[in-house]
Amino acid sequence: MQPTSLAFEAKAHAALDNPALQSALGSIKTGWQAGRSRAAEALPEFEALRDRGRDIKNHTLQHLDLYLEMFETKLAAAGGQLHFARDAAEARATVLDLCRTAEARAVTKSKSMVAEEIGINEHLEANGIERIETDLGEYIIQLRKEPPSHLVGPAVHLTKDQVSDLFAEHHGGPRIEDPAALVAEARRVLREKYFQADIGITGANFLVAETGTIVTVTNEGNAELTQGLPRTHIVITSLEKLVPTIDDAFTLLRLLARSATGQEFSAYTTLVTGPKRPADLDGPDRLHVVLVDNGRTKMLGTALQEMLRCIRCGACMNHCPVYLAAGGHAYGWVYVGPMGSVLTPQFAGIEETHTLPNASTFCGRCEAVCPVRIPLPKLMRHWREVQFEKGLTPPTARYGLRAWGFVATRPALYRAVTRAAAAVLGLLGRGTGRFRHLPLAGGWTQSRDLPAPSGTTFMAAWAKQAGRPSEPK
Amino acid sequence: MSDAREAVMARIREALGRTPEEDARARERVAAWPREAPPGRIPARGQLEPEARIELFTSMATRVQTDVERVTGAGAIPAAVGRYLRRHNLPQKLVMAPDPVLDEAGWASQPLLRIGRGTASDDDAVGLTLAVAGIAETGTVLLASSPDRPTLLAYLPETCIIVLPTDRIVGAYEQALALYREDASGLPRSLNFITGPSRTGDIAQKLELGAHGPKRLLVVLVDPESTAGQPA
Repeated sequence: MQPTSLAFEAKAHAALDNPALQSALGSIKTGWQAGRSRAAEALPEFEALRDRGRDIKNHTLQHLDLYLEMFETKLAAAGGQLHFARDAAEARATVLDLCRTAEARAVTKSKSMVAEEIGINEHLEANGIERIETDLGEYIIQLRKEPPSHLVGPAVHLTKDQVSDLFAEHHGGPRIEDPAALVAEARRVLREKYFQADIGITGANFLVAETGTIVTVTNEGNAELTQGLPRTHIVITSLEKLVPTIDDAFTLLRLLARSATGQEFSAYTTLVTGPKRPADLDGPDRLHVVLVDNGRTKMLGTALQEMLRCIRCGACMNHCPVYLAAGGHAYGWVYVGPMGSVLTPQFAGIEETHTLPNASTFCGRCEAVCPVRIPLPKLMRHWREVQFEKGLTPPTARYGLRAWGFVATRPALYRAVTRAAAAVLGLLGRGTGRFRHLPLAGGWTQSRDLPAPSGTTFMAAWAKQAGRPSEPK
Repeated sequence: MSDAREAVMARIREALGRTPEEDARARERVAAWPREAPPGRIPARGQLEPEARIELFTSMATRVQTDVERVTGAGAIPAAVGRYLRRHNLPQKLVMAPDPVLDEAGWASQPLLRIGRGTASDDDAVGLTLAVAGIAETGTVLLASSPDRPTLLAYLPETCIIVLPTDRIVGAYEQALALYREDASGLPRSLNFITGPSRTGDIAQKLELGAHGPKRLLVVLVDPESTAGQPA
């Protein structure tokens, strides 16, 4: 998927003028945001679990080669096959190969962000393989030919009425308004697809090194039907999903649902170890795991390594004032919100995406709620520095900063300039004490007044104050 | 494929940049890791006396729309199942895990109930299976796949009934897995932690049940018959 992140500003403006989208985004605050806070409060161990979650991920990343080897051995012992893919193209080719070997005409897919990242959807379709998304949100955006707008709720940007219109158009029946009936209709349509599919593709929330186990989490139960009905199960996943032990996975699972939706636990957590056993009555005959690098190993040993702790809960976006105003599609690629602003430049290149690390006020709420304590503002600042070093900052900002630097590093000049500015602005604003309009500050005064300075600078006031005895505390 | 493996491994090793001595220490740290988990990782919430654990399981399960019914002795399971099907106006027909424990429950007491044995197909409206453990922490049941306990029974039918002996209810996920491992070597193909019926919030964030898996989930808690004085 070609990123369209450079159009962030225009798309964000359009989003603000879209009442349906604003209403959909508004419900994130009352839903998932409030839910996370309730769930965290209800578990006294939550903060300690966050520390532990961070430590588990750090330990795994520091020993990633050893845990990868362990996972490889255990998966093979359980009868599964591991395929490495250096980049998106290699991953697409590997998956297509597996589909061709299985002579697959149709695949069902349960939500996998890595699958979106490597662009497998378009690739399968271009090669004549029918692909059906089974996660209801993913199915909705598949019908709309849209990318996901949220990690957990890919169709969170849509209202019920939009889904009603969509289903009426695609399913050919009468237009249904009742959400329960809409869900029932999707269930009926998708149920057939499960049985027609030759291959089921899922993602993984965690990969357990000690046992070669794949952990999936859903609320709908679609991952289990996707991998349980067809004869071949392909897992598309990435390196940083590894954890050492099943107990470590439990610790992270205690954080995942609470951080994501405020649930105590998602409805379905499934641990798959290998394909169907000889006497089993169900399960796939073959299990393939496609393990994607796609730039992740380049993050190891750099400032961005901390981002590899991410467990894709979506808490950062649920709490981000920019995401909640602009919506996911403004970000212009697969990953959105604060985590997307850190990952997208890595996967799609800073040249095409440098608007994203700037789409933040650095208010810090993302870091405050991150279950594995990723310093997201720090990592966005890292990308801003890269952007500046590469000369990708807009010329006005670059020259403006240069001019600022020139003045700010010359104290006498700085004091003279600020003294003059404060005096002039103080004089001009002495009537109302504020400005409605001010040249060069249009961005500020467009939506609020700028308070007028008092007429003197802090430095001048300090110098005056310094002559007097200090006030007792 | 193996090229890709070597390239990815080489990049990781280069990024980690360990000397041979550091490498040996790293291997020791990895070997020691499972034993070094700090205490306090398991929430205190579920670490209770048996009866309190059963109560917590029931209240947590009920909060996520699981129906819970408690009976005494395996012989009471068929009647509980029959009652539940009647209450929800469902046909007296189900597909059941071919498990000896369920077989011995005495289904003759429900002459109207037609029972198929095996895994579920698309036509089955009701599936019945047996849990390995219950987890009080979040009102979760743990199923483990085996020839006697096919996985799809809990996912394909619109109504799923899971039998759970109360002496198999533990506090935490870790303890449930430990309980499974007491009787089994290695892991089954599929371990399924189930917390309530299937749900989705994908249409305007409104909770709807029965997205793909069951719309209804009944857990039949079974107290052992021999224990006198169990509350009803």
